[in-house]
This record gives sequence, structure tokens and C-alpha cells, in this order.
Amino acid sequence: MTSPYQLNQVDHLLHVLFDEQQKSLHISNEAITTIAAQLKLPRAQVESVVDFYSFFHRTPRGRFDIMFSNCTSCGDLKLMQQLCERLQVKPDKTRADGLVSIGHTSCIGMCDHGVSLLVNGITLTSISAQQIDQMAELIEAETALSDWPAGWFRVGNNIRKEGLLLASSFEPGAALKAMAGRNADALLEEITASGLKGRGGAGFGTGMKWKFCREAQSDTRYVVCNADEGEPGTFKDRILLNSHADTVFEGMTICGSIIGAKQGYLYLRGEYRYMLAALENTLQQRRQSGLLGNNILGLGFDFDIHIVIGAGAYICGEESALIESIEEKPGIPRIRPPFPVTQGLWGQPTVVNNVETLVAAARIVLHGHHWFESSGTWQSKGSKLLSVSGDCARPGIYEYAFGITVNEILNDAGAEHVQAVQIGGPAGRLIPADHFEHRIAFEDLATGGSFMIFDHSRDLLEVIHNFARFFAHESCGFCTPCRVGTTLLKNGMDKICNGHGTAHDVDELSRTAALVSRRSHCGLGMTAPNPIRDGVKYFPELFEARLLHKEMEPEFNLDASLEEARNLTHRNDAEAHL
Amino acid sequence: MSTITIDGIEVPFEAGQTIMDAALAADIYIPHLCHKPGLSPHGSCKLCTVDVDGRAVSACTLPAAEGQKIENNTPALNEVRKTITQMLFVEGNHLCPSCEKTGDCTLQAVGYHLGMLDGHFPQFYPRRTVDASHPTLVLDRDRCIMCELCVRASREIDGKDVFAISGRGTDRQLIVNSPTGKLADSDIETDDLAAHICPVGAILIKDHGYEVPIGRRTFDLHSVAETDLGEVKLTKVRHHDE
Repeated sequence: MTSPYQLNQVDHLLHVLFDEQQKSLHISNEAITTIAAQLKLPRAQVESVVDFYSFFHRTPRGRFDIMFSNCTSCGDLKLMQQLCERLQVKPDKTRADGLVSIGHTSCIGMCDHGVSLLVNGITLTSISAQQIDQMAELIEAETALSDWPAGWFRVGNNIRKEGLLLASSFEPGAALKAMAGRNADALLEEITASGLKGRGGAGFGTGMKWKFCREAQSDTRYVVCNADEGEPGTFKDRILLNSHADTVFEGMTICGSIIGAKQGYLYLRGEYRYMLAALENTLQQRRQSGLLGNNILGLGFDFDIHIVIGAGAYICGEESALIESIEEKPGIPRIRPPFPVTQGLWGQPTVVNNVETLVAAARIVLHGHHWFESSGTWQSKGSKLLSVSGDCARPGIYEYAFGITVNEILNDAGAEHVQAVQIGGPAGRLIPADHFEHRIAFEDLATGGSFMIFDHSRDLLEVIHNFARFFAHESCGFCTPCRVGTTLLKNGMDKICNGHGTAHDVDELSRTAALVSRRSHCGLGMTAPNPIRDGVKYFPELFEARLLHKEMEPEFNLDASLEEARNLTHRNDAEAHL
Repeated sequence: MSTITIDGIEVPFEAGQTIMDAALAADIYIPHLCHKPGLSPHGSCKLCTVDVDGRAVSACTLPAAEGQKIENNTPALNEVRKTITQMLFVEGNHLCPSCEKTGDCTLQAVGYHLGMLDGHFPQFYPRRTVDASHPTLVLDRDRCIMCELCVRASREIDGKDVFAISGRGTDRQLIVNSPTGKLADSDIETDDLAAHICPVGAILIKDHGYEVPIGRRTFDLHSVAETDLGEVKLTKVRHHDE
């Protein structure tokens, strides 16, 4: 597997399909055939990619295609219903005149902005009920998006607390200049000595990862920045890409020079498409300033960066699924070993790092490892950006030195009467109040940065239900335990939340959850049952309160099953119900 | 020689072998559906899940390494595998009594082997399509378990690229790499391994129904745990075409 293939951004399958989706409002069978021929790919590969990613559709969407976030922090499906009623359209059905289609999608990373949505792929934030009526009028009048109120599309940074990374400014090229006179070994030692661990959540030593990749046998290596920030409740990479893109790209460039890579890729989640133009602009400026391209700053190495944009698939945050996606395939996690550091992109040694990790690495090269390791705890050096959202007065970005307690964060965010906190998103931990003295650190509460607060006014069971739906929707379906198990868990939560569950159903949930956690192929399946398992463990009374107290309740709801027959016969009278 | 230990038995292995390779060479059965010697390992069905020094791994993909202590044929693991088999049954539409493959079906045989008496979970009843366009082959997606044996057989043995899996989660389905998406317009031929490798009844040869009576079929006479069975089955399938 030695492919010298250099990806042309314009011809990337995901980008070509996005353009086709925008132009024709769907990807037809004919378009699949044409695109496959144009890109010289097997037709089945193009078809499987179309069917894998949520933002591609096989039947036409509306000229205004609206996707509400269904996240517990940046979503509210009541507003989706309101817009549907106002425009006389059913969710996920395109209106007969082709004007509009309305649906929902997984968290779009706007959790500090209240209810948010994507309209034709572009982010619109902080939506109120009043705004829905105005939006409906704009749509009915077919007002172009460029003529919608500009303020609706504004995305703020909402930085509430600055620390090691956010407090100081960064001059583009500063870290690269600081490399002069230091060889790769010394730079690698600097990164390793800092104790920097991966900020995506797993916490693998960054210096060690770079070292493994550098030592792997190959002439070609790649650097990939994982900007597929899909964990519900996480939006810290959005701020870094928005205001610190130079530092991100500089971190990638430094990594490239140390490991011996000439090409880097930034994999940007499709939900952040609104930032694409600015990011491309930054790349162009860096090329013009000699910070990218040949013989960077006269240091004797070449490096450039392309951006690949995802199309709605949480699993692509898993590093090997992300690599598959860059390779124009469905995002199915690979068998490991081999790991990407030895066989990654096109089979070549590849470093995949989180956005925040690369920012920290650039800063460490600039300021030295002492600057970094003086913050944090003995196993968790440096700082962590937390995306705080949910029930609090001040949602936003908080940068803390590792070791901060949950209680301190709740105080800073102005959260009161807190019932539970979801640390690290649905794939993380759901913790009750008596755990709030625990600390954010790899050795205690490890997190990729999501911090979702739920006060006592929340129906926590419904939150867990939401997360179960999320995982069933996002499971790639490769392995049996996760493909079937996440749907079984969702169905179990459906039954309990609908008031049809018994103690037996909770036992069944626990049994299935344990199997999915232990036997799945990748991290998605291994963590998908966490909200249910933590819920049953820490909040058993919430389940108990919703249960029917009888031996057995059938899975089969006869009255609900008659719905199709009622629709066909246009009946809804008492006689048509049980 | 390097060895691993499977349920207390020392098993030799050569460099490059997986735990599954080493086990099969030593006539030790580890339940599996998506694995077939000679094709690249896949690790998707997860029936071959074993515990290696306490860690859950797929035997078909994890390289054997000196000193690994592997738990395989234990009541707890077989219970896990039974549940996984039940998951495969309920997510599709498997109507064994009316399926031509009954008795020759590896999914069914694994169910027998693990003592599976029911589907346990509520049926999903998915709506899936049948492709009967091909003159000699039929593709019944109701029975597909997404093992991708046909996908790999076509690419790695037949030198073609007839099949792929499309979609996500429980919406995954087997698709055909042809201009129309129909089997008739693909370059598959009746003699291809991909036409015969299906462990269930998703890909069948037309005009050869019920030649061997129920009660005399492969798994009526053999257990799926007989490790030389792969050869027996391939011989038998070839007979259909002659």
C-alpha cells in the first residue's frame, strides 16, 4: 500500500457530492454513475458514501433544507415542530412544491448559543420562537439566505475564562521561527518533556505518538488534524479554528517537520462549513508568508495543508474512520493493530491529533516545556479547554489548568440546583452531585471537553433517551454488538420513557449495555452505553418512577400497531382504537 | 516454537498468524461467521470475541503473540456469543423453515451450537429488497448478516468488485457494483466464489432448490464446530453447479 496519490481538494468525493447535493438537492442514481466515472471510483463506493453520510440524500430536499440540532444543549425539537406547522410540512418530508424540507441532525456544536440549525449547510444560531415565524415568512417569500438578517448567522466565541493557551497572543510563524537551530530530536524531546497528552479524550502521549510515526519505515508520512468535533456538547475546537487557526496550522507544520511529513490534512466537520472560507484564507496567507510550501522560512523543509470537509458522521471523529473518510470511503473504523502511526492514510505512517493538541504543541515549541508542565496535575500537564453548556447562566469556553473540580466549574458558570453533569459528552460519564468534588484530569474525570449541565428542572431520563437515540443514529453498523445493540438500547429507552417499561426491561437494558460496551469494535460502541449504565447506577429512582409495576409488559403495542391500518382506512374513531 | 494458551491448552503459532489461524490449525473451534481462511480477516460479526489476559478482542484479527492466555470456550463467552447470534437473527428477516439454505446455513448452525432456542429480542422486521434480476443467482437481502464474505471473495479471489455494503447502522445493506445496481448488470458469474460463499441464504443459485432433503444437509449431519467443515461445504456447493 504505497500510494503517492495526492488528493486534489476540488476532486474529493465528499466535496463533489456536497456540490451535487446543493445543485440538484439530492444525489440521483444518474449522478452517482456520472461522479463515479468522473472520479474513476467504483460506482458502489460512491453509492456507499452517499448512503453513509447524513448530509447526502437520495430523494430531493427542499430549496431551503433545514436541519435543527437535536442536541440537549443546542437543540429544541419543539421549535422544529413549530416551523413544520407554520410551513405545513412534515419532518423529513419535502413539501410538494419543493420549497422546503425540515429535519433534525446530531449536535452541531453551537451549545453556547441556544437552539441552532443548519440551513443549506450554513449555521444559524440562538433561535427563538418569534424568529421561527419570521423565518417561515422569509422561506415562503423565497428570500435568498444572503438577504436574511445577518445577525442570525453570527457565531460568537463566548470565551469566559482564558488560561495557558487562550490568554496570550500568537504571532503567525513565531513557533516556526523558534525551531531554528533545534533539530528534530530536540524538538521531539521538548514535546515529550512537556507531558502533553492528546486532547481528544483518549490521552495518548503526543511526543510518543510523533516518535512512533517518525520511526515507522516509510518515505511518505502524513499529519492529520482531527477537527471533526462531533461529541455533543463540545465546541472548543470551533473557537480555536475561528480565532487561533494560525496556531493550529503551525502545530501541524511543526509536527510535519519533526516526523518528516510533507502533507497535512485538516478534517473539518461538515457542521463547521461556515468557517471554510476563513480557514482557506488563512492557509493562503501562510503560503504567501512562506509559512507553508517549499523550504518554509528557509528551515529546509516543505509542508502544505489541505482541508477535507465531512458530511455528517460522528464516527469520523474516530481516527481510523476519519482516515477512511479522507480516503473517500464510508467512515468505518479499521482493525487495530496496525495503528495509524505505522499504517494510516493510504497505508502510510500518520499522526492524527486533535485541534487543541496541535495548538498546545505549537505553544510548547515557542515557550518551552517548563511553561506547559508548570500547570496541571502530575499525570495531566497543562490546561484543558472545556465547552460548558446546558443549565447555567454563563455557557461558553472555560480554560482551566487540569485538576479543577466540577464544583468550581459549576460555580464559575453560574449553575444552580444541579442534578447531574455529563462530562465528556454522551460517550463520557454522567455524574451525580456527590461526585462534584472530582477533578478534571486524565487520572480522574478524563474528557475531550464537553461539560453539559442538567439542573433539577430537567427530565434526566429524557436526556439519557436522547443520547441513546444519538448513538443508534451514529453507529456505523460495522460490528454486530454496536449496530444491533445501540438500536436495542434505544428501543429499550423508548419503551421505558413511554411508560411501558417494567423492572425486567431495565435488567435487559443493563445486560445489553454491558455486552455492547465490552464487545464492540471501536470506541463508539464501547462508550455508547455509558449514559444508560451511569443512569441505572446513579439515578435508579428515575427509572423506577417510570416503570409499570407488573411482571411483564409485551413488546408489542397492539394499539400503536394499528396506526397504519387507521391511516389507510382514514379512521380515528374510538372503535378504531383498543 | 512460540505458543499461546487457549483454555489451558498450549497452541503453537507462526509469525503472522492470528489467534483464529492458530486455533483452527490446532483443531480448536472459535465460533465465527465473517471469517473464512484464505480471505482477509474482517472482525465485524464479533462471534469470535475472546478474552486475552482479561481484554476482549476478536480472535480473527488479533495477531497471536507469545504467552497470550486466551479464554474461548467458557460458559460466559458462549452466552455473549449466543446474544450476538440472537442480535443477528432479530435484525434481519430469517424464516428458517421456508429458507432453501436451512440445514446448510452457518448462522443457524452457530445458533444450534450455542444452544439458542429463541431470538430473545423483539424482531426489527426491516424492509429489505430482493434482487432476482440475474439469470442464475438471486440476492435476498432479508437474510444478509453483513459479514462481507461475498464482498471480499469477489475482490480477493474472483478479481472483481461485485459487492459492497452501503448505508449506516441498521440501515446497512448489501449493494451491487453495477450501472443499475442490479446483479444482472454486474460481471458476477455462477462459478465465482462470491456466488457461493454466503454463510446464510442471501445469495443463492437459482434452479437448485431442495436437492438435498432436509435432515440430510450439512448441519443436520455435522456440527459447525468441526473445524474441517469449510472444505466439506465448498465441495458440496461446487456440486450444485456441475
